[in-house]
Amino acid sequence: MITGRVWSFGDHINTDLIMPGWVYDQSEEAQTKATFSAVRPGFADAFTPGDIITGGLNFGTGSSRPAARSLRNLGCACLLADSINGIFLRNCVSFGLLAVECPGIGALAQEGMDLSVDLETWQAGPAEGGNRLAIRPVPESLLKIMQGGGIFPVLERSGHIAPAG
Amino acid sequence: MGQTIIEKILARAAGRDSVTPGDIVDVAVDLAVLIDTNFYPAAWREVLKVAAPEKVAVIFDHRTPAPDNRAAEAHRVGRAFVETYGIERVHDVGRDMGIAHAVIAERGYGLPGSVLVCDDSHTCAAGAFNCAAMGVGEPDMIQSVTTGRTWFRVAPTIRYELTGILPEGVAAKDLFLWIAGLYGAHTGHNIEVGGPGLASLGMDARRTFATMAAELGSDFCTFEADQRLLDFMRARTDRPFTPQSPDPDATYAELRRIDLGAVRPRVALPHSILGNTASLQEAVGEPIQQAFIGSCANGTLDDLRMAAEVLEGRLVAPGVRLIVTPSSQAVYREALRLGYIATLMEAGAVVTNATCGACCGAHMGLLSAGETCITSSTRNFRGRMGDPSARIFMASSAVVAASAVAGRIAGVPVPNAEATA
Ligand code: SF4
Repeated sequence: MITGRVWSFGDHINTDLIMPGWVYDQSEEAQTKATFSAVRPGFADAFTPGDIITGGLNFGTGSSRPAARSLRNLGCACLLADSINGIFLRNCVSFGLLAVECPGIGALAQEGMDLSVDLETWQAGPAEGGNRLAIRPVPESLLKIMQGGGIFPVLERSGHIAPAG
Repeated sequence: MGQTIIEKILARAAGRDSVTPGDIVDVAVDLAVLIDTNFYPAAWREVLKVAAPEKVAVIFDHRTPAPDNRAAEAHRVGRAFVETYGIERVHDVGRDMGIAHAVIAERGYGLPGSVLVCDDSHTCAAGAFNCAAMGVGEPDMIQSVTTGRTWFRVAPTIRYELTGILPEGVAAKDLFLWIAGLYGAHTGHNIEVGGPGLASLGMDARRTFATMAAELGSDFCTFEADQRLLDFMRARTDRPFTPQSPDPDATYAELRRIDLGAVRPRVALPHSILGNTASLQEAVGEPIQQAFIGSCANGTLDDLRMAAEVLEGRLVAPGVRLIVTPSSQAVYREALRLGYIATLMEAGAVVTNATCGACCGAHMGLLSAGETCITSSTRNFRGRMGDPSARIFMASSAVVAASAVAGRIAGVPVPNAEATA
């Protein structure tokens, strides 16, 4: 069971908002620091590892840039949205950010509330109790990569890429 | 059970008889396209093996020629990779330069029935060629290049059945904006395009639509293969390919019929497209400071022709910057030959080399605080083209050109304008 404080976002949150274009060519740290800077200045500083991000429909739409990595680097324990853009979901898998589709979560989750996420029963809802929503189960093969730090560790072990250095 | 185009391509690439929505498939990649942004330090990893160098292409596009030290360094790393692994399909700064999706099109890299990946969300552009092409992330690219394989989640397919032809003055961009306005997000779905109306759409028009499918949030967007496509491919490549057609009993999440003749010019209002489009009439009159024609979707020869037709003998309004960025140097050369470039420049347009450039706020045409721009490129997200307070409207290249002349958002004068208004 994962429990964390919610940062809530709406529909169609795009990756230009999560990771602005002007940090595209900069370091991973600079990219992480700029997370959501255009719409929520100070977001990266206020975010505490273990917090949860929620969104509505089509979360992560837009560019294939490594926006999911910034959320992982901030320590996001889980991202839940009504629906997640296909490319963004790939990036969540490949960079190792736990991300699940949970129809109805955008309306249910309020900024600052404590949310609990259960990957055994595939349900999420307020930690205090109340309405629990069904999560679309993530196939075991993808969940393993998401929770195992993404695809780079796999490629390092198989000798396809050099260890990070 | 019958399968859609994308299901058949993915099944073949996975070595399976069939796939079903919900499946996760492990597929062989026919072409992995690396772009300049892959070679930035935060993106690149030291590669120890490449599965098949002939299945890798390297195309520099986002920041070309290098506008700053960081880009120059990324280009250097990319060139070293090309050298080490003997990559042959390389599009560096020079004659063969262009935006990856445009180069993939004009070189016939996106073979019908094949699987193509690239770390750019508009990779779905090659779906116009009956290719299973999708944008993936940086790690996915490194996996594809080093192992020759990647995975996809098979999504259910929405089919668009086209009939009729687009009215005069209405472009493929309008068709996209029309569908975005009617149906909104396609998240978690593939798009398939076919029907008798397809024949009337040229390859540039098809690619504009397929490119913009990224903005609908879909996974793959694949077009049926018709004679026009086969002729287009055969004129560009000797490589063998196997187009895929949908089975007559294919299962679709939804079948949507679109009469092309009913489509009218539309405009996306600032900061998003989905749920945020208006008819051209509703948007006219908005003053602008910049107009941009370009990008992988709308820097095609078709777009430059449409813009030149509007700008012939006219001048860009004082106080407006019209920036035109052809999608490839080949398009640029052809537009030069046909006289379009002279017309655009006489009117006051600044024509840049082929690159992503202003589309993603990389270089050559950023917006300052409070400015308003109308663009025919792919995205109008907040901050996309420069300052976050700038407002970006999106329309067809013809409407962008007409607006540049008027100094405000304006329609293109077309014969029978009343009849189509
Ligand atoms: S032109 Fe724009 S949308 Fe197309 S690949 Fe370049 S940055 Fe992306």
